[in-house]
Amino acid sequence: MSHLDELESHSIYLLREAFHAFERPAMLWSMGKDSNVLVWLAKKAFCGHVPFPIVHIDTTYEFPEMMEFRSWAKEHYGFNLIVWINQDARNRGIGYETTDPVTVTHELKTVALQQCLAAHKFDALITGIRRDEDSTRAKERSFSPRTADFEWDYKDQPPEFWNHFTTDVGPGEHVRVQPLLDWTELDIWRYLEREKVPLPGMYFSRSGKRYRSLGCWPISKPVESNAANIADIIEELKVTRVSERAGRAQDHHERNAMQKLRAKGFM
Amino acid sequence: MTKLLNLALSEPGAAPAAAAVSAAPNHLSFVVVGHVDHGKSTLIGRLLFDTHSVEDGKAERIQAACKAEGMEFEYAFLMDALLEEQAQNITMDTTRVSFRTPRRAYTIIDAPGHKEFLKNMITGAASADAAVLLVDANEGLREQTRRHGFLLSLLGLKQIVVAVNKMDLVNYDQQVFDRIRAELGEFLGRLGVPPTYFVPISAKLGQGLIQPSAHLPWYHGPVLLEALEQFRSTPPLVGAPLRLTVQDIYRFDARRIVAGLVEAGSLSVGDAIEFYPGGKRSVIKTIEAWPVAPDQPAPQGPIPTGRSVAITLEDQLFVERGQIGAPLADPPTQAQAFSARVFWLHADPLRVGELVPLRLGAQQAEARVLSIQRTLDAVSLDTSDGPTSEVKRHEVAEVHIRVRRPIAFDAGGRIPALGRFVLMRGRRIAGGGVIDASLSDQSASTDDQPITAATRSALLGHRGAVIWMTGLSGSGKSTLAQELEKRLLRAGVLPAVLDGDILRTGLSKNLGFSPDDRRENLRRAIELALHLADAGVVVIAALISPFRADRAMAAKRAAERGVPFAEVFINAPLDECERRDPKQLYKRARAGEIPLFTGIDSPYEAPLAPTLEIRTDRQSVRESLDKLSEVVLKLARPSDPEDTAGANI
Repeated sequence: MSHLDELESHSIYLLREAFHAFERPAMLWSMGKDSNVLVWLAKKAFCGHVPFPIVHIDTTYEFPEMMEFRSWAKEHYGFNLIVWINQDARNRGIGYETTDPVTVTHELKTVALQQCLAAHKFDALITGIRRDEDSTRAKERSFSPRTADFEWDYKDQPPEFWNHFTTDVGPGEHVRVQPLLDWTELDIWRYLEREKVPLPGMYFSRSGKRYRSLGCWPISKPVESNAANIADIIEELKVTRVSERAGRAQDHHERNAMQKLRAKGFM
Repeated sequence: MTKLLNLALSEPGAAPAAAAVSAAPNHLSFVVVGHVDHGKSTLIGRLLFDTHSVEDGKAERIQAACKAEGMEFEYAFLMDALLEEQAQNITMDTTRVSFRTPRRAYTIIDAPGHKEFLKNMITGAASADAAVLLVDANEGLREQTRRHGFLLSLLGLKQIVVAVNKMDLVNYDQQVFDRIRAELGEFLGRLGVPPTYFVPISAKLGQGLIQPSAHLPWYHGPVLLEALEQFRSTPPLVGAPLRLTVQDIYRFDARRIVAGLVEAGSLSVGDAIEFYPGGKRSVIKTIEAWPVAPDQPAPQGPIPTGRSVAITLEDQLFVERGQIGAPLADPPTQAQAFSARVFWLHADPLRVGELVPLRLGAQQAEARVLSIQRTLDAVSLDTSDGPTSEVKRHEVAEVHIRVRRPIAFDAGGRIPALGRFVLMRGRRIAGGGVIDASLSDQSASTDDQPITAATRSALLGHRGAVIWMTGLSGSGKSTLAQELEKRLLRAGVLPAVLDGDILRTGLSKNLGFSPDDRRENLRRAIELALHLADAGVVVIAALISPFRADRAMAAKRAAERGVPFAEVFINAPLDECERRDPKQLYKRARAGEIPLFTGIDSPYEAPLAPTLEIRTDRQSVRESLDKLSEVVLKLARPSDPEDTAGANI
């Protein structure tokens, strides 16, 4: 069995455990490459079905091309899509035009997610985070409990071994289920290539630039690249020594911004 | 935008059988363990740095931050990313990072050395293919060196390299290295996990990691990275029978799809398969796949070990989550009791008799620790003298466990994934264990056998008994009886209190207080207590019972019926009892309202040789209870419980 087969099987195992253990699970979907692997794995785990809602936290700063992809994918995969916008924050004028990116990310992503979770009473959120994305994520568990206040108690995480996970939550709490934790950026690309998973075109080079990580348009910057297909991207990644999220402004706004965001409930 | 749907099957239609045995060598995960401050984070930071796996600018940024805060730069900071860790200079939780060599990709699992973080070490080490055990050359073997070595053996990790670190601090002295090698080699050898390599290194100075070190001319073995390159990713189980863990049954349409994980062996369409516990059998009809390719044949298998699968069966069986699919010829063990080695991670100890949820594969069952044969100090490997009543945090113990319904497993490391379980405390995983052998089980088939005390005790996890508390009115019998009842319940023992009030308001309502009536009252108490004890209940009889002859009768009747019996003297001086006088009975007796009141105008014959005497005027309730429950639990659960006496080990 290849390494990708191992990763795929383990992720499917986790998805099935989550679907069994929780009453109201939902899958977060940003339309990015990891998210699309996640949906692909769900389709495999459940024999062509996606037996839980797919949630898109819409910051209202999505690239138009991504919105197009969203409509297409909903139709193509046939999943139940829930779109959530923190309309309250937008009404208060929170936006990249007026506010610093850490605050905007917090309001339009984390708070929006809190609102969505409360409205739909989800007890598990399946996310596509990976350990290699950020050093704080390196310490995550596959099933990671969050308090009712969305807090991650990384100092006292529950043990997790031999395919056994934390699957019970108290009132208002939820568990982040993270089936892609063991995958690296390179694994994701190799898998996307092997499986021919449909992707937004923005990942591929146009006029010498491409997006390596996709977020809100005001803070996502393309990187110099001529990688026009997945094979090119894989070659590029083998030699790069720049971090994946380097193009994401909110991570670098201040020292330890990512840790502060995550402690408050950011993915 | 790519809008192509992948129509090709990702699963090769007919993978060769050899796929199960030739696991790809292109990825190895290893855990780094060892005593705190022996240099784990430094080693990992250095490995990342020297294999050019640190992203551009990160080392420089951390160097700048260190300079700004007046700290010396350390490679460990490349690992310890969280603020608290940098502040306290310790690793708080399992961290995973990757690096590559031309040969393959590696995942390093950093397991913190602090004693209280053992759960993180186990969380990390349980998923590793190999382990690097670090020892400080200057300090030699320390507590966690041994403890971690011990846990590696329990977790079944056999690919171990010992890195003797900080060789620079001992002037690269070969004698120091040899001494540690001899000592640790002997220790790990006794545990059945002799290390494959011992490598001298200095992580801080980058010696002995990637290239041979000029400081270590006397060392001719592989450097650390070379040693790691020799290890294999999890060696597959060759020739093991199929073990399919059933995770769920899906009914997206009219069909029942059995979804699960191939934990061992392989499966193909047409294979006969039997599901345990239970033993229902059928034949694999289809292997489900998505995406479906119209021009490709449906997959037929074999699906190798490690794959998540979904299958349908020829027959509409009622298969459940947790069951294990296996070939007819080589099924797993199906049993309700087993011996195991467990480790405990929760602050609240694991106690004999309490019910704890157990999970094995996808099976879940309420389990009870029948007995703890001995606990093992993971540091000294010293064992406790004999049976104990609890396993404390960070202890390892040999136990007998009974589950409320039969479960399927493979004992003795035959198929490791099917012999491991976790124990829960509340919502958390609180411990883990490895099954060594199944135990014969007297209560497994009761249909055609008479129900005996042994049958009942097997069900309850303890046997019935009578605790006869005698003492003056006001000596504290009722208080202790009630508190003892609570304690026993917490310990998983079924108790019942029998006292004067209960008898006099019910069973003996028709009796007065003449000597004959009092004797009859006591006779009824004895018979009721024995009947309850026969049914498995631990009866706490709290009765003044002032006469030796009466109590001797109780003991004699108990012996006749084979019921364990203990006489407990609840002793407080008369004047103290009279001072307490909780029900104002002494006052009324002194006033002549109650004739023949024990202690006033009727004698109390103190026991001559009670099993236990408790001076309630000298001991606190808590002290008294500690002594009482010790006696009672020994009675209810003798060190070699009856239901495991015929253990089939």
